[in-house]
Amino acid sequence: MMNVIFAGVGGQGVILASKILMEVAMGAGYDVKESEVHGMAQRGGSVDCNVRFGEKIYSPLIEKGTTDFLVVFELLEAMRKLEFLKPDGCLIVNRVRVDPAPVQAGLATYPDDIEEWITENIGNHLIVDTGPVLKELKSQKALNIVMLGILSSYLEFDEKQWKDAIPRTVKKKFVEMNLNAFSMGRELSRQLRTK
Amino acid sequence: MERKILLGNEAIARGAYEADCRVATSYPGTPSTEILETIGRDYLNIKAQWSPNEKVAMEVAAGASVAGARTLVAMKHVGLNVAADPLFTFSYTGVNAGFVIINADDPNAWSSQNEQDNRHYARAAKLPMIEPSSPAEAKEFTKIAFDISEQFDRPVLVRITTRIAHSQGIVELHDKKNVPLREFERNPKKYVMIPAHARPRHVFIEEQMKKLQEYSSQSNLNALEWGGTKRGIITNGVAYQYVKEVCPNDSVLKIGFIWPMPDALIRQFAEAVEELYVVEELDPFIENHVRSLGFNPVGKEVIPIVSELNPEIVDKALNQRLIESAPPYSGSIPPRPPALCKGCPHGYVFEVLGKLDLVVNGDIGCYTLAVLPPYNAMHTQGCMGASVGMHHGFELARGSEMMRKSVAVIGDSTFIHSGITPLIDIVYNRGTGTVIILDNRVTAMTGHQDNPATGKTLRNEDTHELDLALLAKAIGVRRVVTVDPKNVDEFEKVVREEIAAEEPSVIISKRKCILIK
Repeated sequence: MMNVIFAGVGGQGVILASKILMEVAMGAGYDVKESEVHGMAQRGGSVDCNVRFGEKIYSPLIEKGTTDFLVVFELLEAMRKLEFLKPDGCLIVNRVRVDPAPVQAGLATYPDDIEEWITENIGNHLIVDTGPVLKELKSQKALNIVMLGILSSYLEFDEKQWKDAIPRTVKKKFVEMNLNAFSMGRELSRQLRTK
Repeated sequence: MERKILLGNEAIARGAYEADCRVATSYPGTPSTEILETIGRDYLNIKAQWSPNEKVAMEVAAGASVAGARTLVAMKHVGLNVAADPLFTFSYTGVNAGFVIINADDPNAWSSQNEQDNRHYARAAKLPMIEPSSPAEAKEFTKIAFDISEQFDRPVLVRITTRIAHSQGIVELHDKKNVPLREFERNPKKYVMIPAHARPRHVFIEEQMKKLQEYSSQSNLNALEWGGTKRGIITNGVAYQYVKEVCPNDSVLKIGFIWPMPDALIRQFAEAVEELYVVEELDPFIENHVRSLGFNPVGKEVIPIVSELNPEIVDKALNQRLIESAPPYSGSIPPRPPALCKGCPHGYVFEVLGKLDLVVNGDIGCYTLAVLPPYNAMHTQGCMGASVGMHHGFELARGSEMMRKSVAVIGDSTFIHSGITPLIDIVYNRGTGTVIILDNRVTAMTGHQDNPATGKTLRNEDTHELDLALLAKAIGVRRVVTVDPKNVDEFEKVVREEIAAEEPSVIISKRKCILIK
């Protein structure tokens, strides 16, 4: 059984990333469940998707402390979700800071030690800077698929299974861009992990 | 057989399609919205529409059922309050072709003003209610609901919660059945509820509910899954999944037939286990019923009555498990509350209302977020349309000078839903308040649905575009001004003028949602 949480800020595309992972897992013969958030909570708030796959899945929600991969699109959101991560689970986090409204209004401060804290406290982690890749793709929207490409390098499915699932899941005119985004994420992960 | 990953709401739409449902109506409301969106997009043989509100949606659906078509109506939990009047009497008239009401509760109020438990409606309105525990069941239960409806001459409530509506799972797809349109027969004793007809219909529905009581225990919508006999857990909906996850060795009775409850099955189960538990979200609905049968289960003393459940709550309550996680971050994590989008037209409005320090009677929509910083510019809000009625109440309580320093604000879709009648009330009863209609040209918060003021239908067909200014004038409001709130100075001038006027006024703040291309 595998438990994956995608988390970020409303509008970062966590639902689509989940959908593609589900398609791949179902294609590989697994049972799959997922839970997501719609409506008011999406308006610039914290959002997350739980994806679970395995022989038989009951709960669509992941129990705290049992997440294998916590894939977070924004630094602060990673800190918010840590209680879901297994003690030896893997945290993959995008090096980007999106100020929440209270920080913008000067009512709270955005912590500046997150990366340092992760390095010291989370044994199994990968901090990625997706900025250059997104610049090359000329699309900030491709972040979710870049992150998915990174996650894919940790999972058992082969590249073809992913690349078959993407055209089934994204809009036609974005297929090529997303396939590129996926490959670049996968390559980015390979570079970082062999360092 | 094709298998597909579907959202619970998409699965319900598919179930309606497979059951040869012919008419579907709704008003958008999280977490139910995607049901009609899916029907609108994927199942073109079903006549599908957004109605102005849930009451109308319910009545249109009832009409279609009586006229012989299998019909579905979908709404969120508080929508059923709006539709409660037709609900209670269409219970008396019953159905002709299958009539299925999808009700989506929202434990934890993810996108709602309360956490009401609508299982109580089934008992109060004397209607069968069934409840799936997964997207796959959501499809099957919706299909079966049409059959139950026709077999027992009852509208059938299908209750889901947010974690069913907005979770995805693998669903097996089947072909559409072919269910012909039923004849409509003139039968006033069944369809016209004058007192002389209502009394015998009440006798009839009590008889039907008795039959359903028997049927409930035999229904395969319930599942009895034997594990050990030490502990037995009665559960329903998504809570069943949490129980299966964290208590794999216990015996489980999953109640899919929520009302009437399967008494015989409950007795059989309760008598066979040493310790009896009930794990359910929100109210002790099953628990109290089990008690009424003479058993003494452990329930709400360990399972919270507020918010939604999740695996760790159930695991802690039933297994006393201690959660071990990655270490918690040592710093402080600022919250990230939802907020109006950058460039949102509502933002300009609330900047002005805040600057003028007005009392703001608010309503339901994205703009309710103006209650939060940085605006802090909303002071009351309750339900769809309440802003306008409450605003008039402020005048009755505190005199017309109160109206010189306050406004009501309400979105375009919310105004059409429930704001028109209270505006008539203001005019009729000689009020002098100002109502600002936040016309962003769409029903935004639920994900950009069309409404009568957008000039497009659910299926994006052109239709008459309701003229809100003309409507306000027809009601008798003489002061009606349409203004773009992005012209902040102009907007402020208009607000100052209209609240100063000693007569009712309507300001239409017209600028399209920033998220619309």
